[in-house]
Amino acid sequence: MAAEATSRSARSGTGWQGLVLPLLLPSWLVIGIFMLVPVALMAVYSFLTKDFRGGIVWQFSLDAYDQFFVERGLFGDEPPLPNWTYITIFWRSIWQAGLATLLCLIIGFPTAWFIATRNPRHRALWVFLITVPYWVNLLIRTVSMRFLLRDHGPFNEMLMAIGLIDSPLRIINTDLAVQIGLFYSYLPFMVLPIYAAVERYNFALSEAARDLYAGPWTVLREIVLPTVKPGIVAGCILVFVPSLGAFLAPDLLGGARTYMIGSLIDEQFRGSAGNWPFGSAVAMILLTMVLAVLLWQVRVATREKR
Amino acid sequence: MKKLALVFTLLSTPAFAAGELKVYHWFEYMPQELVDKFKAETGINVTIDTYDSNEAMLASLKAGRLGQYDVAVPGDYMVKIMADQGLLDSFTADEMPNFDNIQDEWLDVPFDPGRKHSIPYQWGSTAFSVNRDVYKGDINTLAIIFDPPEELKGRINVLDSQGEVLALASMYMGIPQCTQDRDQLKTLMAMLLEAKANWASFGSDTAKDVLVSGDAAAGMIYNGFSAKARAEGANIEYAYPKEGAVVWMDNVVLLKDAPNRENALKFMNFLLDPKNAAAVTNYAAYTPGVKGTEPFLADEIKNSPENNPPEGATFDFVAACDKETQRLYDTIWTNLKR
Amino acid sequence: MAARTDIRRYMGFGALTALCLTVLYVPLIVVAVYSFNASRSITAWGGFSTHWYVDVFVGPEAPIFRAAAWNSISIAFLASTAATVIAVAAAVAMVRGGRFRGRQTSFAIISLPLMVPEIVIAVATLIFFTTIGVRTGYGTILIAHITFCIPFAYLPISARLQGIEDTYELAARDLYATRWQAFRLILLPLMMPGVISGWLLAFIISLDDFIITNFVKGAGMETLPTAIFGSVKQGIKPNIMAISTLMLAVSVIFVTLSYLINRIGQKAR
Repeated sequence: MAAEATSRSARSGTGWQGLVLPLLLPSWLVIGIFMLVPVALMAVYSFLTKDFRGGIVWQFSLDAYDQFFVERGLFGDEPPLPNWTYITIFWRSIWQAGLATLLCLIIGFPTAWFIATRNPRHRALWVFLITVPYWVNLLIRTVSMRFLLRDHGPFNEMLMAIGLIDSPLRIINTDLAVQIGLFYSYLPFMVLPIYAAVERYNFALSEAARDLYAGPWTVLREIVLPTVKPGIVAGCILVFVPSLGAFLAPDLLGGARTYMIGSLIDEQFRGSAGNWPFGSAVAMILLTMVLAVLLWQVRVATREKR
Repeated sequence: MKKLALVFTLLSTPAFAAGELKVYHWFEYMPQELVDKFKAETGINVTIDTYDSNEAMLASLKAGRLGQYDVAVPGDYMVKIMADQGLLDSFTADEMPNFDNIQDEWLDVPFDPGRKHSIPYQWGSTAFSVNRDVYKGDINTLAIIFDPPEELKGRINVLDSQGEVLALASMYMGIPQCTQDRDQLKTLMAMLLEAKANWASFGSDTAKDVLVSGDAAAGMIYNGFSAKARAEGANIEYAYPKEGAVVWMDNVVLLKDAPNRENALKFMNFLLDPKNAAAVTNYAAYTPGVKGTEPFLADEIKNSPENNPPEGATFDFVAACDKETQRLYDTIWTNLKR
Repeated sequence: MAARTDIRRYMGFGALTALCLTVLYVPLIVVAVYSFNASRSITAWGGFSTHWYVDVFVGPEAPIFRAAAWNSISIAFLASTAATVIAVAAAVAMVRGGRFRGRQTSFAIISLPLMVPEIVIAVATLIFFTTIGVRTGYGTILIAHITFCIPFAYLPISARLQGIEDTYELAARDLYATRWQAFRLILLPLMMPGVISGWLLAFIISLDDFIITNFVKGAGMETLPTAIFGSVKQGIKPNIMAISTLMLAVSVIFVTLSYLINRIGQKAR
């Protein structure tokens, strides 16, 4: 429909063709100047020399990347070895974000399916229920989770009151708490795109498969999942990418002790580390990874289309 | 580019009212009533932003906030670092009628000889407090933090403050601050990395809350902050470790490029009034560095166990190392935090 | 053959949905409930009270939060409005502009703020403003917010526009309406549900932002999230819970609004 409309207007014209440039210019300029230029500048900064406790000296240096990848000991004079510390932080972030994505998928897909198969008149209400938390301030949601999970918070008090445990479960300030925070933060991001895909799913396909004696789970695996895959991929990316650079969950729920990439970058600019080139380098590496994931998604999506 | 910069500057600079003062201050360190009193006396509007460590304050000033604030309140060693970096403006004693109220022992301090950039705000100590419901043994040793007993393992909050943590760690190891000795630094780092496994969290602004809420059973903390936690119902005791503890003085400094220098001096002068210095003390539970505060101090602050160390307790300031040595300590801290 | 009617049902999906909603709502409900706690202590229940709501508006911290709320709301309003205007122009060009060179690139540019992680945008923006020597403050926050709000405004608007056939405009143009008249009298009213959804989404996204704001705010500038973050560090106090609950209520109102507008939009089609 859209394509048809476009091609027709291209022939006879609603009169916008000549105005494409001036209409697009504001968005180009704003995003170009305030996002592309800054990111380019950040790339430049990652190759500069750090100033004492924040700031830079305009002098080329590879120190930032050297610090990231190479271990030279406390005094900087030991034989260079591969540096695993920062790679470990990246690995931990990828692992946490990946696990959060998986958990969101395990809970999110059935939820999306359940909603999409409700009576159409009630469906909007279900979507509404998922949308509300999505629109609630992320900081407030994270703070709520911190309050709920703390040692003497409502969750532990309740478990103790019903006699399930004798002493509070130690959840806050652990990797588990960060994981719960990430999962909880981005769960709606998983449900909504999958719901949109399942809603368009033609249930006649399932019916046909069942008629050919496929079991329900076989139908799900062989027919449904491949059909709604774009929705699933979109949901996974919407959970994975923000989880990877998350700052609030590790800071408020992890006690700032278990570092993730977001905390590492933040520490370079607002904390005591004060190493801008290094912070820029870490941000560049994160950005490269995210763009690689997105590019992969675009390729998967175009292959699906063909 | 210049034109662009000008446009932004116009966009982002509010019209300067005659009576403005921008203060960059520690969290929970100045009672609102005192701010109101200053406004009533001078007509100057005070805006306060807060930070939670000396290092974070410095980082933020270097990230473009210098020239936006009039005064800040760095600790002793940070005053020296900032002065060396050229981030401070200076003043003379005649610009401040109450200058003579500074207690003699705080007048000619090593971090600001002759008090050219700073005036005393409050002083106190940094050690740690332990929840006495959880642990009943002897707490007057830094081993509580760096080699904790079973009951406290995994339940310790550590200040997110490089200077103090590394100074206390050095005292625990019995090595001098700002050492360049390779073996000493290596053992220091190894000890800290091992200790970290027993810590639950890093946080300075959270230090009181984690003790009150019970999220932590022991925590590195400032003496006055610990007194406040106790007042809020935590059954905690502030320790005087036998290896020593950190003593510090926070100072109000006049920042370079202060947009309201005159008002900043008025504010500093105001804080040197014994009544006002005492008001800060009664709120934050530390000790003023100003003469004549005695009659205005609340008894429970004056006589608090946190403000009255036992006979024989030892203290030391955090040392400001030279840049090259500082780099080593920065590396240790980075290794510890990540 | 009950299975025939059962193609939509899978065992346990209902239970997982219930789990999903529980996870999403329990923390919010708990905080909302505790905001009515009379006791100052955070966990012990001391009876029902609206004391903390009064405290939000007249308590000792009220001036700080009032100023922060004003900054948040005015920035969200200005940023979402500017982003919406930019997004409408871009959407018209992208959907109605026919095939033109650089269409893919334009789409990539517009969706860039969605793809770059927030912390990276924050760092890059801080570096940018520091390098050109701009004083961080209200203006820098506003500019950053306009930038990252554009794609959020753009997506609902362009989705709506794609669903509108150009026959109405063509008819108007045939009847000698100018391009501007055809836009203002025909296209814009048809696009309106998308424009409003886009504006609402941008508004809420701006209101929500913490990381970027925290990097580019200047002296004496707090928005609600940065003020709440600062306060929460010193303990989750009941007044914070009251503020959170109020913000929760605002979000619910916004979702409801957006939901109703979409309903009206669908009927109007």
